[in-house]
Amino acid sequence: MNFYSDNESLKFYLNHPEMKKAVTLKEMNFADHGKYADAPANAEEGLEHYDLVMDLVGEISGNVLAPNAESVDQEGPHIENNEVVYAKGTTANHEALRDAGLYGMTLPRQYDGLNLGYVPNVMAAEIISRADAGFANIWGLQECAETVNEFACDELKAKFLSRIRKGDTCSMDLTEPDAGSDLQAVRLKATWDEASNCWRLNGVKRFITNGGAQLHLVLARSEERTTDGRGLSYFLYDKADGGLTVRRLENKMGIHGSPTAELVFKNAPAQIVGDRKLGLIKYVMALMNGARLGVAAQSVGLAEAAYREAKLYASQREQFGKTIDQFPLVQDLLRDMRTKTDASRSLLYETARKVDITKSYEAIMKTRSLTPEERKDMKENSRIADALTPMVKLMAAEWANQTAYDSIQVHGGSGFMREYACERLYRDARILTIYEGTSQLQVVAAVKGIAGGTYLKCIEDYDAQVEAALAAGVENAEEIKKLRAQLQKMIEDYKALEAAAKQMEVCPDRRLTESLAYIVMGYLLLLDSTRCGCFLESCKNLIVMGRGEIAKHSACVMQ
Amino acid sequence: MAKEFQIVVLAKQVPDTHDVGKEAMNADGTVNRAALPTVFNPEDLNALEMALQVRDAIPGAKVFVLSMGPAKAADIIRESLYRGADDGAVLSDRRFAGSDTLATSYALSCAIKKLDNVRLVFCGRQAIDGDTAQVGPQVAEKLNFQQVTYAEKLMGVSEDKLTICRRLEQGIEIVEAPMPLLVTVGGTAPECRFRIANRMLQYYKAVMPSEVKENAEAAEQLWNERPYLKLKEWNADDVNPEMDRLGLNGSATKVKQIENVVLLKKENVNVEPKAEAIEQMWRDLQGVVF
Repeated sequence: MNFYSDNESLKFYLNHPEMKKAVTLKEMNFADHGKYADAPANAEEGLEHYDLVMDLVGEISGNVLAPNAESVDQEGPHIENNEVVYAKGTTANHEALRDAGLYGMTLPRQYDGLNLGYVPNVMAAEIISRADAGFANIWGLQECAETVNEFACDELKAKFLSRIRKGDTCSMDLTEPDAGSDLQAVRLKATWDEASNCWRLNGVKRFITNGGAQLHLVLARSEERTTDGRGLSYFLYDKADGGLTVRRLENKMGIHGSPTAELVFKNAPAQIVGDRKLGLIKYVMALMNGARLGVAAQSVGLAEAAYREAKLYASQREQFGKTIDQFPLVQDLLRDMRTKTDASRSLLYETARKVDITKSYEAIMKTRSLTPEERKDMKENSRIADALTPMVKLMAAEWANQTAYDSIQVHGGSGFMREYACERLYRDARILTIYEGTSQLQVVAAVKGIAGGTYLKCIEDYDAQVEAALAAGVENAEEIKKLRAQLQKMIEDYKALEAAAKQMEVCPDRRLTESLAYIVMGYLLLLDSTRCGCFLESCKNLIVMGRGEIAKHSACVMQ
Repeated sequence: MAKEFQIVVLAKQVPDTHDVGKEAMNADGTVNRAALPTVFNPEDLNALEMALQVRDAIPGAKVFVLSMGPAKAADIIRESLYRGADDGAVLSDRRFAGSDTLATSYALSCAIKKLDNVRLVFCGRQAIDGDTAQVGPQVAEKLNFQQVTYAEKLMGVSEDKLTICRRLEQGIEIVEAPMPLLVTVGGTAPECRFRIANRMLQYYKAVMPSEVKENAEAAEQLWNERPYLKLKEWNADDVNPEMDRLGLNGSATKVKQIENVVLLKKENVNVEPKAEAIEQMWRDLQGVVF
């Protein structure tokens, strides 16, 4: 099994027309070529590299991670002599990916990385999540390397980045008993120890994913007598230096592949990342956007797995003399699952492309100043990325839950039994709408984009792209024109809804965000359909669903 | 550090015998190679893994993969490079065509002699397209190397001997063998490690001359710019053989006829070591065969 090559959509997004630009920016016009044997010479080679690496991720996910998922779910991790011991399958997963040289794939070549862009990074997360959504957290936490790479001093980078590349795992220690969604309330104390020339951490962290990791990024209060986010700094702590106790592991409903720990820091020596006081307001916020996109990728991967389980079961299970996938009501379920997964994925990679391009500009800015056009382009991409990130986190996570729910429904009574994977997927999915910012917090983050008109501007731009594609000539042109007209009608309905919402007594934000999400994803699937007919059915179905949703919200708001 | 410690892996590209369809065999009973996709002979991958394990344990040691076959066998060298091999060559020449195990092992032994300081040779126990398990032992004979067959696990590595666990029909046997040494590795040995990402990116464009006859100029340009992308290709003259020991001429086996045999019995029959039981077995066999 290869979880990359058996899913045509992935290759489709890896070869999206904008990817040539993305890889050219990421490779800084292929400056590494000639210096490193594995650096591409041009955009074609760069995209071939992405394809090869994804194929390897797909192979290991299909042949190692997926077969281990059931035993990992049953065994889970435990604590032994203050060490977190993974389930046997988790260790095997980690070692396979490490030995294949896949950790730290986005790091620069000077730290032995593969210098892959953000899109393949997100894609790897999706592929791995399809195999084991719990393990995807351990994999995803290498995102900490990105933070170190972006913000830490050269000395810290040299010391830690190649360790991550060689498979040392990371954790992001933010949450505390009294600081969950509200991280400004973090109390863990950091004090400067003049004698040992390092910072000392004291306090408790809770719900820390992969808390037994070798390397920890810790949000701590470095400024005495402060109570808000401006008194927090970010620290890098190495478990080998002592001072950390893993007090307990949580007994969770799902994602048993990743341990969740309570940690006690006692005079633990640590080094500061970047500047004092910027811990929360700059570094964690940067990390958080990446983490949200990571959960979106995890959601799409899990939904893909749930859909495939259901589709396979429905094609084999016979009732009333035929397989159940021949019954219209089962087909309805499967079609909706497929539609939601396709739509989330299209939005996921659109967002990832914008992040990819933004990050590359940021990296280029460290070597030279940008031209005015480049600056404008970066700002534009960054603005869209910021708006789409909470939207895709919200929708993909909610829909992954619905898809996992429907997967059990398709399985009938069997799906309620532990023997079938859909049961594990259902439990694993539940956290997706909660961690790295609840669905409600994603709506709060999206409001800025609603008020500032970012989404509508995006949608206008997509409409122009559809128009251009139609003018250039595409297959299924009539169908695409019809769907475009329906989307244009949805925009009008949405605008009326937004205007009416201002007089509403209850908070309309979620209704508005979701309505916009349907239109955004509808356009994205329509644009995909101009390049491949395989997305047409999902596009059509999504528009039907979206029109219904907007009508429902309108009825509610305009009563 | 060991000075120049060369480990050779013999690897064969074989037809993929999974999902064999009707078109897999020609009317004359030979394999229709064009109809089947090719794969790295599975036990040769086990052999590559064991070689890489020895290499990793001996500082300075290098793994060189040797494959005899048509131009397409360059796949084997690329795949080996992805998984960590240091170098490799394809032994390819029309004059090798029709080789049986005798001629094959002779050609391979000539190629191995071309390399300096070969201390170890690893190969799969047998290839899935012939199942003879003869090539490894014959190469050892021709090189005058010690040999250990059916290896399953590496128990100890030093610079002049290996300790190896062998998988036999009735159990295991642990042996210590001095170098120079040839080891044939069975399918129960550890699976080969995965491809390594950065090596794949480095070598996926590597080609050898006879693969790129149509695009020779573009290939030359590529090789000039990135010399590591030129794979070694040796013909018969390169390995200094006695020409009449190659190919069909050098083969002692003559295939008279190939028959498609369908096995009817699935279970084993136990025969008591008594005269009457053996006579009964003989009668049963005559009944089946004649």
